[in-house]
Amino acid sequence: METTNHTPIEYSTEEGSNKILGFWVFLGAEIVLFSALFSVYLVLHSHTAGGPTSKDLFEVREFMIETFLLLISSFTCGLGTIELRRHNVKGLVAWLVITLLLGLGFVGMELNEFITYVTVEHATIQTSAFLSGFFVLVGTHGAHVSLGIVWMICVVIQLLRRGVTPVTARKAFIIGLYWHFLDVVWIFIFTAVYLTGLVL
Amino acid sequence: MSANNHELNKFPWKHVIGLALSLILTLLALWVVVSLSLPTVATLTIIVLLAICQAFIQLLMFMHINENHGRGYRILAIAFGFYIAAVVVYGSLWIMWFTV
Amino acid sequence: MIENIKSFLGSFFVTGDPMIYGADASIALASIGIVFYLTYFKKWKWLWDEWLTTVDHKKIGIMYIIAAILMLFRGGVDALLMRAQLIIPNNTFLTSQHYNEIFTTHGTIMIFFMAMPFIFGLMNIAVPLQIGARDVAFPFLNAVSFWLFFLAAMLFNISFVIGGSPDAGWTSYAPLAGLKLDPGVGENYYLIALQISGIGTLATGVNFLVTIFKMRAPGMTLFKMPMFTWSTLVTSIIVIFAFPVLTIALALMSIDRLFGAHFFTIEAGGSPMMWANLFWIWGHPEVYIVLIPVLGIFSEVISTFAHKTLFGYKAMVWSMIAISVLSFTTWLHHFFTMGNTAMVNSFFSISTMIIAIPTGVKIFNWLFTLNKGRIEFTTAMLWALAFIPNFTIGGITGVMLSLAPADYQYHNSYFLIAHFHNVLIAGTVFGVFAGLHYWWPKMFGHILNERLGKWAFWVFMISYNICFLPMYFIGLMGMTRRMYTFPSGLGWEPLNLIITLGAFGMGVGFLIMVWMIVYSAKYGKRDTTGDPWNGRTLEWATSSPAPEYNFAHIPQVETVDAFAHMKEKGTADSIYKAPFQAIHMPNDSGIPFILSVFFFIAGFGLVFEWYWMAIPGAIGIVVCMILRSFKDHDDHHHIPAEEVEQTERAAGRLS
Ligand code: HEM
Ligand SMILES: [Cu+2]
Repeated sequence: METTNHTPIEYSTEEGSNKILGFWVFLGAEIVLFSALFSVYLVLHSHTAGGPTSKDLFEVREFMIETFLLLISSFTCGLGTIELRRHNVKGLVAWLVITLLLGLGFVGMELNEFITYVTVEHATIQTSAFLSGFFVLVGTHGAHVSLGIVWMICVVIQLLRRGVTPVTARKAFIIGLYWHFLDVVWIFIFTAVYLTGLVL
Repeated sequence: MSANNHELNKFPWKHVIGLALSLILTLLALWVVVSLSLPTVATLTIIVLLAICQAFIQLLMFMHINENHGRGYRILAIAFGFYIAAVVVYGSLWIMWFTV
Repeated sequence: MIENIKSFLGSFFVTGDPMIYGADASIALASIGIVFYLTYFKKWKWLWDEWLTTVDHKKIGIMYIIAAILMLFRGGVDALLMRAQLIIPNNTFLTSQHYNEIFTTHGTIMIFFMAMPFIFGLMNIAVPLQIGARDVAFPFLNAVSFWLFFLAAMLFNISFVIGGSPDAGWTSYAPLAGLKLDPGVGENYYLIALQISGIGTLATGVNFLVTIFKMRAPGMTLFKMPMFTWSTLVTSIIVIFAFPVLTIALALMSIDRLFGAHFFTIEAGGSPMMWANLFWIWGHPEVYIVLIPVLGIFSEVISTFAHKTLFGYKAMVWSMIAISVLSFTTWLHHFFTMGNTAMVNSFFSISTMIIAIPTGVKIFNWLFTLNKGRIEFTTAMLWALAFIPNFTIGGITGVMLSLAPADYQYHNSYFLIAHFHNVLIAGTVFGVFAGLHYWWPKMFGHILNERLGKWAFWVFMISYNICFLPMYFIGLMGMTRRMYTFPSGLGWEPLNLIITLGAFGMGVGFLIMVWMIVYSAKYGKRDTTGDPWNGRTLEWATSSPAPEYNFAHIPQVETVDAFAHMKEKGTADSIYKAPFQAIHMPNDSGIPFILSVFFFIAGFGLVFEWYWMAIPGAIGIVVCMILRSFKDHDDHHHIPAEEVEQTERAAGRLS
C-alpha cells in the first residue's frame, strides 16, 4: 500500500478523478470483452477443418519480438507517468513518443505476420473456425493498440499546446492506463494463443 | 508531502524491477514450453500462472492500482472483471468440451 | 438502366404487402407532419437548443421515456398482430415468414428498445436527484448513450420498410441466423442496431456506477442511499460486465455474415452452440438488468405509500448484491436441451434454484413493509401491489423451468412464453408504470390523473392475466412457441381465443394510459410543493419540475430516507435558503447527436454492405471523437447566483 497525502495533478479536480475511475471501470468491462474472445478461441482451437494448425503457423522468433516490443513500451509509458507527476512536459512527451514508436513497431510486425499467413500459408479468416478465432482475437488486440496510437498522438499534441494542466494530465494518465492494460491482454495472448499453440 | 517528493525524485526502481520481472517471466514461460517436456496439463498450468503473475506486475508496478484516491472502487471494478472473465472462460470450456 | 433502378428499388423497399404500404404511407405522413409542424411554428432552433444538444439528465430521461413509450406501441402492435393471427385455427392473416419477422421484432424491440430505455429514463430522472447531485458524473457521455440508443432504435425500425425485417427470433440463434440459411439484410439490421445501442448501454452503466460511487451528497454513505439508487448501482455493475459479451457475440456473427468467417457456421469447424453460449452469458444477466431496477422502484413506491421505512433495508441490499454475483452463473438454463453433460446440466440447475432465494427474500421485505403500514392506494401503489402476486407466479414457474429434466417438457412451449411474460410484464412493465406515475410530477410538474390511471391499471392488469395464464395450460397441451398457425381439433381453440382477447384488452389498457397522459397534461393537478406524495427521499426536496441545477444548495444527509428526516427536524428548507451562490454546470453539446448520426450512417452502410457509405460514416465517428478530445478542456459554465434566486422565487420557494 502506498501512502501519500499529496494529490497528483490528474486527481486534483473532481472531474479528473471521476474520469479516471470511470476508465478503470471501463477496463473491467474490457477484461470481460477479451475473456469472451479467449473462450471462443480456445473452444475453436482444435477446429482446424483440415487447414493449417497453430503448430504449423506460429514462429517463436516473431512472437517473442512482438512481446518484447510491447513489454518495453509498457515500461517507457510508465516512465512517462512519472514525468507527468513531476509536471515535466518534455520528459513526458519524450517517453510517450518512444512508446508510440515501439507500439508502431508492434503493429507493423503483427500486420506482417497476418500478411504472411494469408499470402504464404493460405490461412485466412475464412479457412477454418480456428483461424477465424485467431485473427479476430489477435486482431482485436491489434486494433486496440492502433487506436491507442491515434489517441496517444492526440494527447501528445494537447500536451505540447497546453502543457501539464489538470485536464491534459488526466488524459495522459488515462492513455497510460490503457496502454498498460493492452500489455496485460497481450501477455494472455502470448500465453493462451502462442505458447499454448506450440503445446496443443 | 515530503514522502511524495522523495518518491518522485528518486530513480524509478519500481518500474525497472517491473520490466525486469516481466522479461524474466516471459522467457521462463517460453523455456517451460520449448525446453522442458512436462505433461501438457502441467505446462499449461505453469504458463497460465506465470501470465497471472505478469498481470499483477503491470497492475501493481505500472498502473498504480494500489495507490490512494478511490482505491476500493478501482480494485472492485478490476476484481469483478477478473471474476467474470474466469467464469466466462472456464464455463465455456467446461460446457463446450463435453468431457465431464 | 431504368430496369436496374426498378429492380434495385424493388429489393430496397419491402413490397408486396398492403400492411407495409400502409406503414410506408403513415411513416411518410408522420415525417412530413413533424417537419411541417417544426417549420411552421419555427421550432427547429428550440428543438436543437433544448433537446438535441442537451446534457441535462432530466431532459435525457424524458427523451428516453418518450422513445420507450413509442417502442412499447410498436412492440405492442406486433404482439397484437401475432395474437390476431392465432385467434382461430388455420388463419391466413399472416404468412409464416411474416409471423417470423413479427415475433423477432416484437421480442427485440421490447427488450432492447422498450424495457431498457424505459428503465434508463427513470434512472436518469431519479438517481441524481435521489443522491443530491447536480447531474450524472459524465453528462456528455450520457447524451451520447441516449442518442446511440435512439438512432439504433430507428435503424432497427426502418428494417420494416427498407430491406426487410430480421426473422430469426430475438435470440438470433445460429445456424438459422447465418448467411446460408438467412440471406438478405434483415439479420444485419439486428446485429448492427443492437451493437450500436449496446455501446450506449455500456456507457450508461459506467456513467451511473461512477455517479453513485462519487457524487453522493455529503453524509450519504452507501448504506444510506435510497433503494432505487442501490438497485441502479447493482444494475450498472451487471450492465458493465455482461454487455461486453453481447458485443463480442454480435461482432462475431457480423464477421461471419459480412466477411465469411466460421464462428457459428456449420461448415469449416464453426460452432453454432457457441452463439447460444455467448448470447446467454449476456442474456441471463440481462433479465436482471430489466428486473433489479424495478425492484428498486417498487421499494420506493411501497415505502412511500405505506408511510414506513422499508423493512429489512440491509437484507434487500445484500440480496441484490448476491444476485449480481450469481446472475453470471446460471446462463446454461436457457439451453438445457442442447445435449450437455449431466454434470453441466446439474450445476446450472442448482445455481438457478439458488438465485431464486435472494429474489424470494425481497417479496417478504415488501410484505413486512406493508404490514401495519398506513396504506394509500394511489395508482403507483396499485401497480406495485399487483406486482407482488403476479410476479410470484412468474418466479415459481421459473423454478419449475430450472429443473433440467422437467425443462425437456416445458422448453420452447407456450409455458415458457407465459413464464417470461409473467416476469417481464408483471415485473418490468408494472414497475416502469409505477415509476412513471410516481416520478411524473417531478418530470413535468403535474400529477397524472388518478381516476384514468386506475381504469388503465384494472383493465391492463386483468387483461394481462386473461392473456397469459391460459398460456401455461396451452403450453402443457403441446403448443410450441413461434408457431404461426395451428390446426383445429387439438382442443386449442378456446384457450387461443381467450389469450387473444386478453391481448387486445391490454391494448385497450395502453390506450387509456395514453389518454390519461394527454388529459393530465391539460387538466392534471399542478404540483406546487415539489412533494406531492409526502416522499421520503431527496428528489422530493426540490421543486417540481426540478430546476436545471437540481438543488440550490446541496443537501446534507444524516439518515436513510433523508428527506423524511429533514422534514421531521424542520430543516427541509435548508436546500433553498438565501443567500445563493453561482452554480457550476456542464455545457450543452451537439457532438453526441452528430456522432450518433454518423453511427447510423455507418451502420446502415454495413447492413447493406455498402462500404462507400460505411467508411465515410466511420470516418465521421472518428472525427467527432477527436473533436471532442480537443474541445473538452473547458466545457463548463456558471449559473449566476441571481439567476438561481430568480428560479427559486419563480418556483414559489422564497417568500
Ligand atoms: C402487450 C403485451 C404482450 C403480448 C400480448 C405479448 C405476446 C407475445 C407473443 C404472442 C409472443 C410470441 C409467441 C410465439 O409465437 O413464439 C411473444 C414473444 C416474446 N415477447 Fe411478448 N408480448 C407482450 C409484451 C412483451 C413485453 C413487455 C416484453 C419484454 C419486455 C416481451 C418480450 C417478448 C419476447 C422476448 C418474446 C420472444 C420472441 C421470440 O420468440 O424471439 N413481450 N410475446
Ligand atoms: Cu436465464
